[in-house]
Amino acid sequence: METTFDFEKPIEDLLVQLEKVKQVAEKTKVDMSATVRELEAELEKTRNKVYTNLTGWQNVQMSRHPDRPQTLDYISLICEDFIELHGDRTVKDDKAIIGGFATIGGVSVMVIGHQKGKNTKERQFRNFGMANPEGYRKALRLMKLAEKFNKPVVTFIDTMGAYPGIEAEERGQGEAIARNLLEMSVLEVPIICVIIGEGASGGALGIGIGDKVYMLEHTWYSVISPESCSSILWRSWDYKEKAAECLKLTSENMFANGLIDGIIREPLGGAHQNPEETANTIKNQLLEDIAALRLKTTESLIAERIDKFCKMGVVVEG
Amino acid sequence: MAWFKRSKIGINTATENKKEAPDGLWKKCPSCKKPLLNSEQIENQYVCQYCNYHLRIGSAEYFSILFDNNSFKELFPNLTSGDPLNFEDTKKYTDRLEESYLKTGLKDAIRCGYGKIQGEDIVIACMDFAFIGGSMGSVVGEKIARSIDYCLEHKLPFLLISKSGGARMMEAAFSLMQMAKTSAKLALLSKAKIPYISYLTDPTTGGVTASYAMLGDINISEPGALIGFAGPRVIKETIKKDLPKGFQTAEFVLEHGFLDFIEDRRNMKNKIASFIRIVK
Repeated sequence: METTFDFEKPIEDLLVQLEKVKQVAEKTKVDMSATVRELEAELEKTRNKVYTNLTGWQNVQMSRHPDRPQTLDYISLICEDFIELHGDRTVKDDKAIIGGFATIGGVSVMVIGHQKGKNTKERQFRNFGMANPEGYRKALRLMKLAEKFNKPVVTFIDTMGAYPGIEAEERGQGEAIARNLLEMSVLEVPIICVIIGEGASGGALGIGIGDKVYMLEHTWYSVISPESCSSILWRSWDYKEKAAECLKLTSENMFANGLIDGIIREPLGGAHQNPEETANTIKNQLLEDIAALRLKTTESLIAERIDKFCKMGVVVEG
Repeated sequence: MAWFKRSKIGINTATENKKEAPDGLWKKCPSCKKPLLNSEQIENQYVCQYCNYHLRIGSAEYFSILFDNNSFKELFPNLTSGDPLNFEDTKKYTDRLEESYLKTGLKDAIRCGYGKIQGEDIVIACMDFAFIGGSMGSVVGEKIARSIDYCLEHKLPFLLISKSGGARMMEAAFSLMQMAKTSAKLALLSKAKIPYISYLTDPTTGGVTASYAMLGDINISEPGALIGFAGPRVIKETIKKDLPKGFQTAEFVLEHGFLDFIEDRRNMKNKIASFIRIVK
């Protein structure tokens, strides 16, 4: 069964109505084409209205749609070939972050991304896209490999956060993410990051330091999930909608605040309505940026990257 | 029959005869519950003389312990938080800030100073937990970034004392990006081969652990400090199991290889100064 959200109800209602009219027309052989056209126009209008004015929380819901394309979907849609590489060479292979060399439109790149999984079994296998330290260390190993062979890095971000577990702490979750932030800020090849679903906190940022950072239209990116924010600040899980508004976590908000470089538009109704189209838009953006970033010297690439992040923040000079 | 016989009924000390101890002369040790006189606390560098518990202290105390003769030049003292998101939860962020200014007399959750430690020049940045839980917002990130610039310009070693619950939610993604900003600056400091000591104190968690606190050339701590990425409560809720004893203490973190050493606060200055003399 397809998942629909509360806010999609008006669209759903119209679809049901349209279906009924069509059935009646079929049965009675009465010409209802005028009504059908009217309803279709209404449907189009409602779709536009609903999807172009999503609230923060509605965007969070969209970002978690079970049919939403994930990293492996985009890899298979965008890349001509992909050699997946495994393991951090120290502890194990983290299934929540995948990566490997690939070609996109004839250009060799290193692709790294969170993978959440699509059904219960897969999600368990992928730990719901919540990486342990070895996931971040695998990502770093692959980025260093890309640097060695002078290939740009593309990351796809989609996580509820880095995994909060005993073993994660024992193996230094904090250190693993911190190390990535430091190393990525001085990596000598272009890095392009795309938030394709959820961008929660350090777990997202751990593969999110890029020359270009994009958000797909219906995704979110912030320091904490609205649920956790609600539980901490309001001491209750009931304020997630309000928290989502307060956190200004949508792509529009993040772009307006200068915290990302751009928004990648999704087909009306979300990426899952047309994964091919979404993938194609991403592909074009990647190729355009890789070409442009390739023209920069390594020094200016790194200097501009660091400078961009250093400008983020609002302080009042006393 | 009662075991003890009350010789007088009721309490009959006249109000004027009651002996009141003035406030603020002593504090109960949170660990062994023994009373610690203020003068004793200062003398013992805020370590309990009975059980060696390291009391939580702020930048003023750390500066007085570490800088020679407590003499230093404060750097960027006047930076304060903006409210870029007009954040309001149960309280307005601006009100929360105002309250914290009044309550703590601080401008934000970090102070930076330039001075000497056993004669060696150094820049020390120290977080204040009293200010909104030592949370890292734009001011914390910016002051650290500017301190690092200062170190780069004047070729000075950098000591950062972390004490924080993590990111400041009221600055949301702006706060998140301070992790990127500080880590990027530390990469530059590292390239310039300038020593960076990360001194993690009780507590250091969240985004602070996942950025500058774990990136020291050496990471050092005090006995018993809580250090971790995810908070213990979150982990407990996630795994639905009790946490092992001593989990996320400095000793645990040392054992797992993420700290270089744990030192008694009263000997920390010696050790830091030695390190700086050896590597310079």
